[in-house]
Amino acid sequence: MSFINPFISMFWDIAPIIATIFIFQLLILKQKIPHIKEVLLGLLMVWIGLTFFILGLEKALFPLGKLMAEQLTSLDFLGKEELAWFDYYWVYIFAASIGFATTIAEPSLLAVAIKAEQVSGGAIKPWSLRITVALGVALGIALGSYRIVVGVPLHYFILVGYLVVIIQTYFAPKQIIALAYDTGGVTTSTVTVPLVAALGLGLASTIEGRNPLIDGFGLIAFASLFPIMSVLAYVQLKHLIDK
Amino acid sequence: MNEALRRLKNNLLESGKDLLPIVLVIAFFQIAVLQRPIPDFSSIALGTFYILIGLTLFVFGLRTGLFPVGENLAHAFVNRGSLFWLLAFAFTLGFSSTIAEPALIAVAKKAAQVASTGGIINTTESAINSFAMTLRLSIAFSVGLAVILGVVRILKGWSIQWLVIGGYLLVLLTTLIAPEWIIGIAYDSGGVTTSTITVPLVTALGVGLASGIRGRNPLTDGFGMIAICALLPIIAVMFFGILL
Repeated sequence: MSFINPFISMFWDIAPIIATIFIFQLLILKQKIPHIKEVLLGLLMVWIGLTFFILGLEKALFPLGKLMAEQLTSLDFLGKEELAWFDYYWVYIFAASIGFATTIAEPSLLAVAIKAEQVSGGAIKPWSLRITVALGVALGIALGSYRIVVGVPLHYFILVGYLVVIIQTYFAPKQIIALAYDTGGVTTSTVTVPLVAALGLGLASTIEGRNPLIDGFGLIAFASLFPIMSVLAYVQLKHLIDK
Repeated sequence: MNEALRRLKNNLLESGKDLLPIVLVIAFFQIAVLQRPIPDFSSIALGTFYILIGLTLFVFGLRTGLFPVGENLAHAFVNRGSLFWLLAFAFTLGFSSTIAEPALIAVAKKAAQVASTGGIINTTESAINSFAMTLRLSIAFSVGLAVILGVVRILKGWSIQWLVIGGYLLVLLTTLIAPEWIIGIAYDSGGVTTSTITVPLVTALGVGLASGIRGRNPLTDGFGMIAICALLPIIAVMFFGILL
């Protein structure tokens, strides 16, 4: 059975977190775990769920990301041999669509957006924050794909991005800064990350002159940096208008 | 039991909502732009079904088993007043939740395969597995440190922007000495790490801490934890590349 081996190996991935909880609860706090039956059932579900999820990622999301990269850069789709960076425009549109669509639907972003409304005393509307973040991710992944197509080193882009974030931080209202920084980590969900990683690696292996190891990674870095900028920009703009 | 079934149904809907945008975007491109069927469709459909089931059970299990106990523990260690045990718990929580992070498991393996094709490590299965494991351990270790840093920040009331700007500076300096091939993997690791398990558990610790200390506002001081957790792995992975 193809399920048995991954199922057993997954145990070692969840063993540390289970051990943490039991050791700290039983040995250091010296308290019983409340609702122990439910907790054990939950942990079993985590184990089974993780196994299926990882199998599914390898069977569906990785192949899909690679497939889309290959199809959108194939010569018979593009229709010519001499290619400039803008001939890959469907790649950028695809990258942006995936970024926007997955971010808008991201549940943990919704939770952050609701908290942002509270922090700002109602000035930041959850729905507009979600659109702002989604646009940030879309732009980030599209620009990241452009980087793979042209082969510019990743750190130039990221360092300029850091500089922009630092300048924006200087002007941004204080109480929103921590939240804006957090959106970067929150937006890149478990489902989006493997797909986007496979897309980048696929692009780097099909486009001539690119090396998957050097050029293939980096899309997730873009997807985590750009929302910080877009949220800070949105808050700044909102602040100026309200004044 | 009805209550559990209702929650399971909600999780199924949530996982569906997570997957639906991807399915729609790819379907649109396949039909309208590329105008061809997906090769190997049945295998991909089966994989998508696994993801749906897996994600549903995984999130259901987290919310039934792990999160309530984890949040409870976070509150207990905040109120206990022992700095040593609070920091020990913070590190262990960050470390162990990162090891179980599904996206990291998958992407670390991918990175190891690419590194072996690229000639950085041997192409044997054991070399690939040990690269992926060491990568995950370095990231988990740095997330553990990041959670400690986040806790100390809230206790001391340091402002997040100085930590983050300092972190950016360290990233810049480490980039100068890191081998070229590790930079992409390193920069990506921040976004990969902060996901399904780490974000809720670490946020619970931060918010619990900020609400337990007088003069701290949970809404403003409770945030910032994830930002640090997304930053330190970048530096750690570059060091992993330097030392390899």
